[in-house]
Amino acid sequence: MASVTLSDVGKIYPGGVEAVKSIDLEIADGSLCVLVGPSGCGKSTLLRMVAGLETVTGGTVSIDGAPVNDREPAERDIAMVFQNYALYPHMSVYDNMAYGLRNRGTAKPEIDRKVREAARLLAIEPMLQRKPRQLSGGQRQRVAMGRAIVRDPKVFLFDEPLSNLDAKLRVQMRIELKRLQQRLGTTSIYVTHDQLEAMTLADLLVVMNGGEIEQIGTAMEVYERPQTTFVASFIGSPPMNLVPAAVADGVLRLTDSAAQVTLPADRRGLSGAVIVGVRPEDLRIDGGSETGGAETLAFPVTVTGVEPIGAESLLHSQTESGADVTVRLPGYAVHAAGAAMTLAAPAGKLHLFSADTGRRL
Amino acid sequence: MVERRPFLTVLTHLTLILGVAFVALPVWIAFVASTHGAHDFISGLMPLWPGDQMVKNYWQVLSQGESTAGAPPIGLMLFNSSVMALGIAVGKIAVSLLSAFAIVYFRFPFRIAAFWVIFLTLMLPVEVRILPTFEVAASLGLLNSYSGLILPLIASATATFLFRQVFLTIPEELAEASRIDGAGPMKFFRDILIPLSRTNIAALFVILFIYGWNQYLWPLLVTTDASHYTAVMGIQRMVAVPDSEPLWHLIMATAILAMLPPVLVILVMQRLFVRGLIEQEK
Repeated sequence: MASVTLSDVGKIYPGGVEAVKSIDLEIADGSLCVLVGPSGCGKSTLLRMVAGLETVTGGTVSIDGAPVNDREPAERDIAMVFQNYALYPHMSVYDNMAYGLRNRGTAKPEIDRKVREAARLLAIEPMLQRKPRQLSGGQRQRVAMGRAIVRDPKVFLFDEPLSNLDAKLRVQMRIELKRLQQRLGTTSIYVTHDQLEAMTLADLLVVMNGGEIEQIGTAMEVYERPQTTFVASFIGSPPMNLVPAAVADGVLRLTDSAAQVTLPADRRGLSGAVIVGVRPEDLRIDGGSETGGAETLAFPVTVTGVEPIGAESLLHSQTESGADVTVRLPGYAVHAAGAAMTLAAPAGKLHLFSADTGRRL
Repeated sequence: MVERRPFLTVLTHLTLILGVAFVALPVWIAFVASTHGAHDFISGLMPLWPGDQMVKNYWQVLSQGESTAGAPPIGLMLFNSSVMALGIAVGKIAVSLLSAFAIVYFRFPFRIAAFWVIFLTLMLPVEVRILPTFEVAASLGLLNSYSGLILPLIASATATFLFRQVFLTIPEELAEASRIDGAGPMKFFRDILIPLSRTNIAALFVILFIYGWNQYLWPLLVTTDASHYTAVMGIQRMVAVPDSEPLWHLIMATAILAMLPPVLVILVMQRLFVRGLIEQEK
């Protein structure tokens, strides 16, 4: 049990590439922190710095209050689950799990007890004598977790552990992993590029981009109040629609359009160019009357396509200024491509971002 | 490629049979020759079927050798060859495993340069550097000794390169996982790398054993005492007799016996050997 503290942590590779820029992050004891971002955003590098597989070129990584920058991975009391599992192919499942304990000089009966306990927890008891190549992907995944669990570490590190599984198994393992983490109560850092996985797992969601943290918060905080346009477009599937607009005298007007709406009282102080964001589920098709009204933003679009996905349909369209807008419609919706229609969103559901900095206003 | 044409099947089998005959015929002739008496060859005609002198010939080669030609009994020579071949094979593998390990897994100055220097020695086999190598071996007092037979041949760029390629196919995460599991570099080398390169080691062992067994020029130079003669040298000595006909029946018996240990090594390690050459999965 331990907290993990990153203060001013940075990583500059020998070639001069700055992969991680001055990260401050506090992960509370027992919580599951998910680092999410597009590939190359520095999330894996950050995780590997916590693991000790990458040297830290700036700042301090602390586990349980103690700086660990100069400690070997084995001395940090962490365990890591790799994307490709990194099981030792020539060792049995049992030996794979026992290897770390043997290296630590743990007594044999103790190793045996721990390995069997972890195997029971993960339901891989019948496979203890098999080699990794005789296991399915999901089973290998469990062994990799087992290898982490037996060490009883202060921190679990997961590096995209589910991305090699097929979609169905991934969902199942995601639920199991969350349950296991809560049961063991071990502080965990989880890296993924899958925003859905991130949302469902995270106690603390950290969205990263370009080596920097864009936003930290609970999954719902991040979803409901994205702090930047990057977070808005990264979290949520389909992502938030972003349309350029301008504000003057408390009235928001879409670029190249007559559509406008009066902003709520607390936002009237704004002015200048903005980007207005609206979630696909907050939009609806306006039934003919193009009276935008004071409380609703109504704007004309051209349909570009419809994707029925079962319980709902995604309607893709384009505004007059050329911005793509996706609408989430319940059930099976039929609209011909090229049809013109009006979309409406309540003023209270609009997210406003600065057109210059992309920050939330 | 699967083709259902009887003509092709016949053709491929014919080709195979021809190939086998081409390779096996000399061996058969050697065996036949080793079973005849000394006088059967004087006519100049080679008999094609085994004679009745087999036991006598082999017994003579094994017990006395051919003293007139200065060849000791073959037992000793086979032993010498085995020591040399084993020493070269084991030594080469040990040295190149370690150097490949250093090149692949450690970051040190001039790492790439070191690799290319090793690689360049491919252009300098024993035959090219034989005089300086002899000079060094002689001044180190290695003449007429097993170390003299083995050590100058022990460095191998080929094997280093092969192990480098093998190590490069082993996922980096394995090294990282073992680091997290608390294994130091040598423990990782012993517990992970060597077991994973097992089949490659076996394949290389077979090739290097035969390479060592077939060494001719170097043993000829470095040994002057009959107690350190190798089998291949012994055969050469028996052929190059002064003032008399070579005793072909004894030479061929020796040759057949000298062929057996490499064959044995291949038979024993065949499965690992083939897997080591074709298996890519890690």
